[in-house]
Amino acid sequence: MIDNFPFIAVIIFVGLGIYTLMFKKNLIKIAIGVCLIENGVNLFLITLGYKKGAVAPIYTQVPSGQSMVLPTPQALTLTSIVIGIATTALILSIAMMIYKHYSTLDTEQVRRLRG
Amino acid sequence: MNNLLNHAPILIVAIPLLAAFLIPIVGKVNKKAEGITTTFALGISLALTIILAIKILSVGPQVYVFGAKSPSLTLPSGLKFPIRIMFEVDAMGIFMGLITAIVSFLGAIYSLTFMGKYDGLDKYYSLLLLLTVGMFGMEFTGDIFNFFVFLEIASIASVALISFRGTDLGEPAEAGFKYMVVSSISALMVLFAVGIFYGQYDLLNFAAIASVIKYSQLDKIALGLLVPVLAMKAGAVPMHMWTPDAYSEAPAPITMILVAASQASLYALFRVTFSLYNISLSTLTVGWVIIIFGLLSMFIGVTMAIIQKDIKRLMAYHAISQTGYMLLGVGVGLAVLANPAALQKYGITAMEGGIFHIMNHAMYKGLLFLTAGALFYRTGTRDLNKMGGLAHSMKYTTIFFIIGAAAIAGLPPFNGFASKLLIYESVYRFNPLLSIIAMVVSILTLASFVKVFHSAFLGPKLPQFKEAKEVPRSMIFAMAALSCIIIFFGLFPNLIVKNLVHPAVMSLIEQFKYTGTVLGGM
Amino acid sequence: MLGLLETGSGFWSAIIWVVVVLVISSIVIYIRNKGEESYKKNTEQDKPFISGNPELSKEGSHIAASHIYWGFTEALKDYYNPLVKIHTGNINDYSGWIIIITIIILILVGVSG
Repeated sequence: MIDNFPFIAVIIFVGLGIYTLMFKKNLIKIAIGVCLIENGVNLFLITLGYKKGAVAPIYTQVPSGQSMVLPTPQALTLTSIVIGIATTALILSIAMMIYKHYSTLDTEQVRRLRG
Repeated sequence: MNNLLNHAPILIVAIPLLAAFLIPIVGKVNKKAEGITTTFALGISLALTIILAIKILSVGPQVYVFGAKSPSLTLPSGLKFPIRIMFEVDAMGIFMGLITAIVSFLGAIYSLTFMGKYDGLDKYYSLLLLLTVGMFGMEFTGDIFNFFVFLEIASIASVALISFRGTDLGEPAEAGFKYMVVSSISALMVLFAVGIFYGQYDLLNFAAIASVIKYSQLDKIALGLLVPVLAMKAGAVPMHMWTPDAYSEAPAPITMILVAASQASLYALFRVTFSLYNISLSTLTVGWVIIIFGLLSMFIGVTMAIIQKDIKRLMAYHAISQTGYMLLGVGVGLAVLANPAALQKYGITAMEGGIFHIMNHAMYKGLLFLTAGALFYRTGTRDLNKMGGLAHSMKYTTIFFIIGAAAIAGLPPFNGFASKLLIYESVYRFNPLLSIIAMVVSILTLASFVKVFHSAFLGPKLPQFKEAKEVPRSMIFAMAALSCIIIFFGLFPNLIVKNLVHPAVMSLIEQFKYTGTVLGGM
Repeated sequence: MLGLLETGSGFWSAIIWVVVVLVISSIVIYIRNKGEESYKKNTEQDKPFISGNPELSKEGSHIAASHIYWGFTEALKDYYNPLVKIHTGNINDYSGWIIIITIIILILVGVSG
């Protein structure tokens, strides 16, 4: 049961993110929603690489016979975090531009493009 | 020379990538050189893509392994599975690569004068090159995580380009925001699917996953995540709402490239369903899901287009509608994939129609967006109600518009007719109703382009456009090149179908060829 | 060299089509040239005929885009009104549609076995 705990956290993260995207009316909150989903997915990736009692995969100074974790999921997560920063920065800066022109961050108002 | 050819897949991606970071430095020295450098870099990419295409079509799929002693060493030191990131370019990948190369090259040429009046062009050209890199990467990569990275590169670059005019206007920023949010959702879903695959098989390589895939409960979840988000990025109804916003607010050459970018996602959808899962998935269900996406896209796209007043928004709805044809053609192929007799009888033809339509659509929709850009360049508006009588002063643009409109409506002898005919005649044998709906949609397409033609080009010369004249030469060149391609494809569709489209279709259907290139055992 | 494109139930050749069109149009032009030559420039015949009403100014006679297909959209009002209403332009709805479709497809794929 305790092993599945991270996966439950993933579901909570992604679920909260989806809730935010669908029902929150503020553009900044939508950016937070995207971040929440992203954190959930990152947690999912890093949990896949977890191994009980294993050490970091650095070959120098490792005790003999000690098992190591696989570095791939960590590399994937790191890449995805970096991409996530770029995405978030872009979303927030565009939200700023929208605020400059529309003077609001309400999604009900930010819909000149429709139909 | 042969050595250079072995490195062609990476050079196609690397040259624009390097140029993207060179542009700001070039811009410091000479503002004029930015556009020229971009065009030059994309020109080299185009030439290399053509060379690589000739090689792939005559020799077979090419792999490029990063960091290996030789680029084709997929399984170093007797390993059973590939551990390195690799590019795997087969006939389908290079088919999409050709579209990307042509469209981005012509887009850069068109931008030379079209974007002349804007500031910050170093950023514009850098982002244009990065968008091209993202698209090439999505089409060439053989690694699913690498695919996610290129997907994000393409979407971040395209968002920045859509909101390029956002410093002066609100609408481009709004369109960029919407596109960024939906594409982040889709990219994160793709990443989740990557995690599912990695957790199950410890593999990230498309071919290696394809060879061991079991279609377990987790694989079904991954498929259920991948299909809708990739269809969304391609603009399938009812997840299409971002398309008209983004396409109408982006500068015209970027809109043309965005069409190709959404087709790269469409390619990824086909790659996942055909090369990754193939007949292990329940082909009838997923095939019908894609067919229904196609039907909805065709019909709702075209009916929404008829009532639009903004010329680029109207064309964007047509882009959705035309994507429906591709989804319909390939969806029929997928639905009968497990049934060799039906596949031979009409499945392959339907897929040929769908895949051929991808290239045709990229060309004529690109041309139409460029003519819309030319109208915007001279009139300063996209509102059809305010235009009129422009055929008097913009003769070349009018001719190009007629060619593009005839091609999209499927009038012979233009290229749209050839691919639509392939779709109609093969889909009719699968289910006559689908074919009839496709024809009705084609008629409505013609109707709405008659509306555009009448309101923008025909009628008396309006006083407010007395000063309007023909657009500059670089814009004419880009439009003329696309028109020539359209006419050539229209007059000799058999050459294209036999030499480019058929190998692409077979490389999708024959999964063992795709996996065998990486894992051996051919 | 005729460029036959096999479609499974027939073939298509743009070259043949172009040749046929050229032949037919040359016949049409031939017949047209045999017609009566009563057209004279700068007479009543040059004026547009609007059911006897006087002609508006050239600029005023252009029909703008929103007037085209007015009847079509009016007849299909019941189809268009809900459809346009769905395109709210609200980002919440955009993400909502993606989530809903994803759930539907997950269920479909899961059920189909």
